[in-house]
Amino acid sequence: MYIAMNITKNIHEWLLAILPETAASIVEMTLIALVYLAFFAIAGLFLVLLERKVAAWFQLRLGPNRVGFHGLMQTIADALKLVSKELTVTIKADKFLYNLAPYFVIVTALMALSLFPFSKELQAFDINIGIFFLIAISSIGVIGILLAGWSSNNKFAMIGAMRSGVQTISYELSVGLSLMTMVLMTGSLQLSEIVEVQKHGWLIVQGHIPAIIAFMIYMIAGTAETNRAPFDLVEAESELGAGFHTEYSGMKFAYFFLAEFINMFIISAIATTVFFGGYLSPFGITESIPLLGVFWFLAKTLVLIFLMMWFRWTFPRLRIDQLLVLEWKYLLPLNLMNLVLMALIVLLKLTIKF
Amino acid sequence: MSYFSDIYHAIGSLLTGMSVTGKYFLHARKGAITQEYPDNRATLKMFDRFRGEVVMPHDENNQHRCTGCQKCELACPNGSIEIIWDRQIDPETGKKKKLIDQHIYHLGMCTMCGLCIEACPTDAIKWAQNFENSVYDRTYLTRVLNKPGSRVVSGLED
Amino acid sequence: MDATTIINNLKSEEYFINMGPQHPATHGVLRLLLTIDGEIIKKVEPDLGYIHRSIEKICEHDSYQQIVHLTDRMDYLSAHINNEAVCLTVENALQLEVPDRVKVIRTIIAELTRIASHTLWWGVMGMDVGALTTYFYGFRDRELINDIFEETCGARLTMNYNVPGGLMFDIHPNFVKRVKEFIAHFKTKLPEYDTLLTGNIIFQKRMKGIGVLTKEDAIAFGASGPVGRGSGYSCDVRKHHIYSAYDKVTFNEVLKTEGDTFARYQVRIQEMWESMSIIEQLIDNIPEGSYKATTDAVIKLPAGEYYQKVETARGELGVFIISTGTKNPYRLKFRSPGFSNLSLLNHIAVGGKIGDLVATMATLDLVIPDIDR
Repeated sequence: MYIAMNITKNIHEWLLAILPETAASIVEMTLIALVYLAFFAIAGLFLVLLERKVAAWFQLRLGPNRVGFHGLMQTIADALKLVSKELTVTIKADKFLYNLAPYFVIVTALMALSLFPFSKELQAFDINIGIFFLIAISSIGVIGILLAGWSSNNKFAMIGAMRSGVQTISYELSVGLSLMTMVLMTGSLQLSEIVEVQKHGWLIVQGHIPAIIAFMIYMIAGTAETNRAPFDLVEAESELGAGFHTEYSGMKFAYFFLAEFINMFIISAIATTVFFGGYLSPFGITESIPLLGVFWFLAKTLVLIFLMMWFRWTFPRLRIDQLLVLEWKYLLPLNLMNLVLMALIVLLKLTIKF
Repeated sequence: MSYFSDIYHAIGSLLTGMSVTGKYFLHARKGAITQEYPDNRATLKMFDRFRGEVVMPHDENNQHRCTGCQKCELACPNGSIEIIWDRQIDPETGKKKKLIDQHIYHLGMCTMCGLCIEACPTDAIKWAQNFENSVYDRTYLTRVLNKPGSRVVSGLED
Repeated sequence: MDATTIINNLKSEEYFINMGPQHPATHGVLRLLLTIDGEIIKKVEPDLGYIHRSIEKICEHDSYQQIVHLTDRMDYLSAHINNEAVCLTVENALQLEVPDRVKVIRTIIAELTRIASHTLWWGVMGMDVGALTTYFYGFRDRELINDIFEETCGARLTMNYNVPGGLMFDIHPNFVKRVKEFIAHFKTKLPEYDTLLTGNIIFQKRMKGIGVLTKEDAIAFGASGPVGRGSGYSCDVRKHHIYSAYDKVTFNEVLKTEGDTFARYQVRIQEMWESMSIIEQLIDNIPEGSYKATTDAVIKLPAGEYYQKVETARGELGVFIISTGTKNPYRLKFRSPGFSNLSLLNHIAVGGKIGDLVATMATLDLVIPDIDR
């Protein structure tokens, strides 16, 4: 394993000077983990606020505007309220699994974050099986949802959890295959290399038709992976009340809630990295300033997040059997055809490169 | 081929739906229909006919127009109005006359049907447009409509 | 053990869930006892009575003027039409001829009520199938109607504008202008409803072929209103038993023959267009005259039995009064549309998924206080 920490080189040298090598690297990893945790707790809260604001603007409302400047502190206030709330447990709940479930969800969500190259330098964990690792990690989250639904001993939660299992297992395929289509062009699973390949044009441009199809499939399947509308059957409020997190309160509920938004960030960030050139600026306009890569990365991610919010606030929810029909009858065959098409295009060197 | 045309039409229909919400998103600034209620108290005016609560207007001499005929009490479907009255000697004419002691109005029981105001022959009670009726104790909702020491306008016969 | 033995030895059973009385999809305190097998509905048993207020019994102690305001609280989304039903019954019993002005104003407000009710239904319908934004668009248009009501009648929901013999007071001077403004506004917004939701592929997949009710069943279960008309059962009281000013206007009875949830949805959307056309025909021709026929202060109906039905936004509301000649009815019975429409829920929802049940229930357009009374 290689840990890229160019940005922390100075801290690294200073730590080596005062500590033995093993201790120094452990301290370093902890520091990085803490920075990431703090950053993404805030990012999650910001996304919740953004969601509420965007929803309000779609729905002719004003959105939160009381706490802080234009409501900027609203979600912080909400989080404080959730922290101070009592953690309720139902009597017949399986206590151990009930308490474990939220951590599954939040930890996997945070783990996936370590892989993204925010700029050329800023990447915590540049692993050579990057995309594979991401797909693997993101499917662990569903275990948390299944456990939550099962252990809380609530019939509505149970139905929600079962739906979640069905949904995630199905849509995992499409996410994986659509990313696979793109990997055909890069020839590498490592995220930093995937971005480097895109110096000659973003992959969605390089791969033209099959890449656009792959992107559409990825966005649909990705929305389903995060259990967001129109695929929010897991917590379909008009059917199941609150779904799998019916019995959770306080901070444990907040973990599920936050994980949903971080997952949304992850899905959009993967799309940014794979389809839209990650931290690369359009036409290389700010190539001389590597730190601006962070800006481009976040900007592209936010645009994709906005797209997901747009889906959520426009479309009705699918029914469970239609959800499966969409995956197995439409997305999967299309995806396989697309994979073959992409292979042909790569083989015949029909990709567009600048 | 209908498989692909289905997909094409499906995506088309989804995009038309998104265009509607997208249009509202772009006009979010002026399109918002929210009223920021406690902030707009100064400008918030209810319509003239709005039924907020029943009041009994008094003139500058602290005189009301209620003769104590109890028609409102009879008209009320819920018993929200109770009138306590007595036959007293009218100081002006020297005759015995039905005068109200208290016109009690239970706002908590009122369904704002307006039958009492329709029934009143002397227009002694009318609607007020106040709508902020929440209180911490429901005994506050029981009100005496005639002010202390008030008298009926002289010369009013029922 | 091979796979088949494992499957055969698996113990699986149906299970019961309580949908309601506190559930987002039941729109009130309706409790549904569901027997489900996985996602599939095996049985739906509605359990009523959570908001029963014995309105019919209270009516036996009230004068006829007082009864009117109680009917606001039954089907609160068509409050005006409920009031009108009681007033019409009393007027028929008294053989009282109400002025034309009253009839026309009643009809205009009744149709506005219908539009208000249907816009709210449309918003909630969208929300039930998961499109949350529709709720706000529906409410935006409904608010405008409520403002018109508030200006003229004095209340937004429980207006109690009708009294036996006419109206409580004349229309507000702004009424005509505001109604015209609303019609102009709503004509631009109603097509938007279609582009946002009706045409949506997910919505159509959710709605088509779900909760199919045949015409025979619709008649057998006593379905009325858009539920009956979605199954091809011509049951519009406004057409078949003309009351108020419906003889002065031309309008179509919207009929669909599919009988599924999408047909019921389309009937309601079409009805909004029809209601707008009715209002347009009447709004410029409100006759001059008195807004109230003179009645006795204490109304006593001659002894006998009286029945009058009207078309509310949900269907046929019947008012049955037995009078013994006193100032109170001896017995008063409301035939509420929601009750009959709910009775067929078990018939059409069984075999569907939980999501189908929610969509079906949304197109039945239940108002629980109307069912329980």
